[in-house]
Formats: sequence, C-alpha cells, structure tokens
Amino acid sequence: MLIPILTMSLMGLLFGLGLAYASNIFRVEIDPKIDRVIHALPGANCGACGMAGCASLAEAIVNGKSEITSCAPGGQEVYNRIAEILGAEVKVKKKKIARIRCNGGKRSSDKYEYSGLKKCAGVSLLAGGNKECRFGCLGFGDCVSICPFDAIRLNENNIPVVNGSKCTACGKCVKTCPKKIIILENADHKIYVKCLSQDKAVVVKSICPVGCIGCKICEKLSVGAFIVENNLSKADYTKAKSDTPWQAVIEKCPTKCIARE
Amino acid sequence: MDLSMFLSVIIGAIFINNFILSKFLGLCSFIGISKETKPALYMGVSVTFVTTCASIITWAIYNFILVPCHIEYLRTISFILVIASFVQLVEMVIKKFSQALYRTLGIYLPLITVNCAVLGVAVLNSEMFFKPGLNTLTSFTLSALQGFCVGLGYILVMLFMSGIRERLELCDVPKSFKDAPISFIIASLMSMAFMGFSGFRF
Repeated sequence: MLIPILTMSLMGLLFGLGLAYASNIFRVEIDPKIDRVIHALPGANCGACGMAGCASLAEAIVNGKSEITSCAPGGQEVYNRIAEILGAEVKVKKKKIARIRCNGGKRSSDKYEYSGLKKCAGVSLLAGGNKECRFGCLGFGDCVSICPFDAIRLNENNIPVVNGSKCTACGKCVKTCPKKIIILENADHKIYVKCLSQDKAVVVKSICPVGCIGCKICEKLSVGAFIVENNLSKADYTKAKSDTPWQAVIEKCPTKCIARE
Repeated sequence: MDLSMFLSVIIGAIFINNFILSKFLGLCSFIGISKETKPALYMGVSVTFVTTCASIITWAIYNFILVPCHIEYLRTISFILVIASFVQLVEMVIKKFSQALYRTLGIYLPLITVNCAVLGVAVLNSEMFFKPGLNTLTSFTLSALQGFCVGLGYILVMLFMSGIRERLELCDVPKSFKDAPISFIIASLMSMAFMGFSGFRF
C-alpha cells in the first residue's frame, strides 16, 4: 500500500517541481502593454489590418511597427483607448465605407444561363461572368458571405446593400469581389454614381436599364461636381459647393443611377 | 525482431487500427480543427510529435518505475501525469526558442494535452509491447514506431476530412446539416470505408 502512494506522490511532486523550474527557465518576457492593447481591440480577428489576428496587431502596435489607427473595424473609440494605453496621440482618420458601384442585378440582361457553383468567384471564371455588362455585379453574394460584420445583404434585385452603421471598411468585400465593383469611399460623401460601366450609351441602354450612359446631364446641373470620363459619371467632391443641387441631379438622371445613402 | 513485425505495426497503426476512424480516439480535435487544411496539417504534425515522444516517455516510466515497484495497475494515471507535464514542457520550450513555431503549433498544444489519442497510444503500447518476453530494445523500437505511425494515421485522416470540408463549404448543404452534422455523417462514411482495411489483418 505504501509503495504505490509513495511512487505516485513522488512522481507528481517531481513533475510539478520540474515544470515550475522549467517555467522559470523558459519564461518569456512580454510587455504588459500588449495584453492591454489586445483587450482594447475588437477581438474579431478579422484580418483587415493585414495581421494574423488581433494579438499580432497589438504586438505590432506596441512595438511601433503598426499605426495606432491600423484597426479599421475598431474605429475612433478603439484608437482612443489604445492611445491612452500607449500615451500617444491619435491622428483623426476619416470614416470610410464600402460602396457597391452597380445597380443592375436582375435588371441587367444575362449573356448565358449559368448553372454551376453559386458563387461570384465561380461564374466570373466563365467569360468574366454571366452578365452582358462586363462591369456589373454578378449577384451571388460572395461579399455577403465574406463580411465579418454581417453588414452586407442582397436586395430584391440581387444587388448587395451595405449597412453603413455596421460596415467598418475592413476591405474584405473589396478584395473578394471578382468584378471589383466594391470601393471604399469617404462615408461623408453620401452621393455617388451606382455604376462603373465605361460602355457607350447605346451598349448600356441595350443591356441595363439603370446603367450610367454618360449623358452629362449631371455634369451640367451640378456645375462640375460630377465629371463624365470614359462614358461614366463620377462625383467629384473637391468641386462640390454648399449649394450644389444634389437632389435635382439625382432626380434628373435619366437612368436613376445616382444614389444617395 | 524481424521486418514483418515492423510492417504490421506501421500498416496497423496507420490504416487498420486508425485511431480516429477505427478506434474513435481524438475525435474532438478531428471535428474541431478540420475546417481548413493548413491548421489540420499543423495539428496533425503536433500530434505526431507528441504521440512519438509520449510513447518513448511512457515506455521509460512503465519499465523503469511501474514494473520495478509492481504497480502496473497505476498505468493510466501515471501516463496522464507524464503526458500532461510533457506537453506543458514542450509548449514552454517552443515558446522560448521559436516564436514562429509557437504561433503555428502553440495553440494546438493545450488541445493535445487532453487528447485521448495520445493517452490511447500509450495504453495500446503498454498492452501490445510492454509485456515480458519481448526484449527491451524491440519493445522500445516498436512502441516509438507505433507512436509515430499513429500520428501519421491521424494526419492522413485530418487531411482527408479538411479537404472534404473545404469543398463542402462551396456546396449547398441543407441548413440543418450545416457544419458539424454533415461532418459527423462524413466521418461515419469514412469510418465505414476504413473498416475495409480490417480485411487485411495479418
């Protein structure tokens, strides 16, 4: 009876002491700031900063390898908290938002019938997608499924809609969209052209009822706050004035491709 | 100690008595970390490393401590003790000497501490090779070999499963079967396929 008790207790004691000793030898010094920064970060491990996760970013920030404002999803509140921990100043960064620059979806015509994998990435491999418009949204919602913040939904026309309050401009949808029609833009610039088609008016009219035809009505009405280049209109906020007639421009656009959030 | 014995241990550990699909050990990590191929492979490598080392250490503990003291019946608890301490130690050492390796393997090591496959291989070894009659060198080599091959079998199945699950991501699985349920069904089908290897028993 005594031998088993003794052996087991001895083994346990030995291993315990061994581990305690080893943990002393192999201790790794960690900056306590890193731990606090990790807690300040959102902890979604979304990878928007380009690091492996929040922990790696926290390490990079504390070591001065990354900016305090590297975490786009965190926003101002997180920057302030990190700055407080590190005792540094935050440069104010403008809030950005992902914008879907197409409004066609179901309304624009198809080139062929597609019955393969229901992913934009899949259909885009076949002649650039099943839409006649070579610029348009394919409508399978790869951006919806990749969004780590659940900010994108498909509307009734199969066009993704970004929820501005949930979007953190992490840029994952921008990267995943095979047609590159999602663009990060300044969230204050509420009015934008919901089309990226550089096709001529005749072509656009034949394949999509809501594409920009480059008619320049917006350019004239807004006195330069819209510029038409390559048959495509674009809002130019550097030229915008306080009395720019935004509402009139939106209403006068013949294909209604100028949108307000 | 002849070649056929080695061969039967290798094939037995990898295919016939595959720990995941035939012995149903290590299932939590099998379902938990098989969503993507890369982590699955890293987990497999970590498990292989630990099973090999655990086989060697438990062999030493069994033969040099338990047998002389005539307390073989305390096998399980002493193996748990040894394996848990060993994994902790490995984690510390890796963390100290290779941050890069720690980042890839480190997160899996705590999972291995409580992985039944590791204890399973130690117990299996003690049942198969620690008996009197086999000479010391043979039982040591076979134990270490079996530990290593069990790890290989684990990697094999993890790669199968993660490959299938990666493709499954793109499939239209009914909502009620998404993620874990469909994985269990796949696991059972794979397990049935592995039952075919039992016919090779020699």
